Amino acid sequence: MVTPTNDPDFDVIVVGAGPAGATAAHRLASGGLSVVLIERAEVPGAKNLSGGVLYASVLEELFPGFADEAPIERRITRHVTTFLTADSAVSLDYSSHTLGHPVNGVTVLRARFDPWLVGKAEEAGALLMPGIRVDSLLTQAGPDGRRQVAGVRAGDEELRAPVVVAADGVNSFLARDAGLRRTPAPHHLAVGVKAVIRLDPGRIEDRFGVRPGEGAAHAIVGDCTQGIGGGGFLYTNQGSVSLGVVLRLDALQASGRSTSDVFEHCVRHPGLEPYLRDGEIIEYGAHLVAEGGYGMLGEIAGDGLVVAGEAAGLTINNGFTVRGMDLAVGSGIAAADGVAEAIGNGDVSAAGLAGYRRRLEESFVLKDLRTYARAPKWLERDRLYGAYGELSADVLRRVFSVGTSPHRPLRALARAALSDSRVRVRDLVSDGWSGVRAL
Amino acid sequence: MPLTVTERLAANRFEVDEEEPHIVVDQDLARSTGAGPLLVAVCPAGVYSERDDEIDVEYAACLECGTCLAVAPPGALTWRYPRGGFGVSYREG
Ligand SMILES: Cc1cc2nc3c(=O)[nH]c(=O)nc-3n(C[C@H](O)[C@H](O)[C@H](O)COP(=O)(O)OP(=O)(O)OC[C@H]3O[C@@H](n4cnc5c(N)ncnc54)[C@H](O)[C@@H]3O)c2cc1C
Repeated sequence: MVTPTNDPDFDVIVVGAGPAGATAAHRLASGGLSVVLIERAEVPGAKNLSGGVLYASVLEELFPGFADEAPIERRITRHVTTFLTADSAVSLDYSSHTLGHPVNGVTVLRARFDPWLVGKAEEAGALLMPGIRVDSLLTQAGPDGRRQVAGVRAGDEELRAPVVVAADGVNSFLARDAGLRRTPAPHHLAVGVKAVIRLDPGRIEDRFGVRPGEGAAHAIVGDCTQGIGGGGFLYTNQGSVSLGVVLRLDALQASGRSTSDVFEHCVRHPGLEPYLRDGEIIEYGAHLVAEGGYGMLGEIAGDGLVVAGEAAGLTINNGFTVRGMDLAVGSGIAAADGVAEAIGNGDVSAAGLAGYRRRLEESFVLKDLRTYARAPKWLERDRLYGAYGELSADVLRRVFSVGTSPHRPLRALARAALSDSRVRVRDLVSDGWSGVRAL
Repeated sequence: MPLTVTERLAANRFEVDEEEPHIVVDQDLARSTGAGPLLVAVCPAGVYSERDDEIDVEYAACLECGTCLAVAPPGALTWRYPRGGFGVSYREG
């Protein structure tokens, strides 16, 4: 790898073989550029972890019929959102077979899915270099004397290219190294802790009420995180389920609780036990996830450098769904097109690479991020993770408990539950109204 | 279902880099900022423990999430990903 001259080794170096990097490498190589895709894991996907629901339409556009070909787990046809308290659960349950065809959301396990997507990049001609950790960016003085990115350094080896795509994920050491991003604030990050629990496919279908090949995605709020801002998820794979909690770092810190204890509380929760019974934990993992939404997006292009995927903070959490993988793919496309344009025009300065930002603005990626721009702030309201679940459970308990004393009208029951709860009417109205505006 | 962190981690595959620990604690800074309890609490893998005023780092069990670095007082941790080929390998993800 050592090059005695300063000649570029490739047209583009892509760092990180997650969905953003693999997509960018695929597209750049398909356009005839020479591309190297560097990944620190020995095998792509081996360092990666997500909840697992991939919203598929952007991949379907790139690779029509991909869901039949790629190693996906199940097509999600049932979405359940649950407020969990210590001893009760209130759910909103939406299911429709129309969600399966055409494909909408599918579950994936990254150690299986990522190699497939990287394989697409390799088929298009990109060179995969696995098992290599990029340590820093290589810079040199440009024509105007400014430092510009000219490649990467890994150990004592250097690789040169006029453009580097930093698709190195949420921690994004490269973008930080280049001064494009600052260390994210704790309320813009959450830690996701997840176990993959083996269960027989037939049991999964019975317990989750889905047909073979179809699956359910449960989003859980409340006691599964012991009231810490964030939530839980329970997603069905083919022969396992993914159970996890996502804890906003500021809220986790303020709670004084231990991450591991919160996870254990969730695994043992009586409200989840019927789904998990007799399951066996076959893997335990953790990963950060960006929570800032649009407000977290900073500079995404510098001289000789673009930042794609979660390295640029591209995720959406609106309380019902967590999205990052589809946005990573979308940004990989925009980055590749912006980079190819800059190389074609012979100007890879930040200004020459501005086509990336423009494309990202025009694509679903930033449009959706804008739509949900207020969601992160709204989701910081603590009542969402405790008091509301307790309140709705209390109303329903009063509705469904039948004794010998006469029942009061529903409105009176609701009012009584509200006056017993920690929630004030003023808060309910304010949170409800901002929620409608945020989502 | 295995309930302790250690039991859960036992299902994972790790390749330990004996030569180059990827996490180093500045013990003086950690002590003066009182970072110990925070690091112990936030790590999902139980990598950190406190012993006689020192923070012990069991880096072999690290899941490489970066939570500790995100909350640690600036400078208290030198934290990077393990060298290529080392660390955790997810088979599910
Ligand atoms: C608990 C949890 C649940 C989630 N649930 C969902 C969900 O249900 N749906 C969804 O769409 N998204 C979900 N996400 C978010 C999603 O996983 C990410 O947004 C997505 O993976 C980002 O893709 P990426 O390609 O930008 O980065 P990544 O997938 O993180 O890929 C980055 C790659 O770069 C490599 N790398 C990093 N640094 C270096 C280096 N220095 N040298 C070489 N290689 C390097 C990494 O090994 C990795 O392969 C979830 C995340 C978490 C943590």
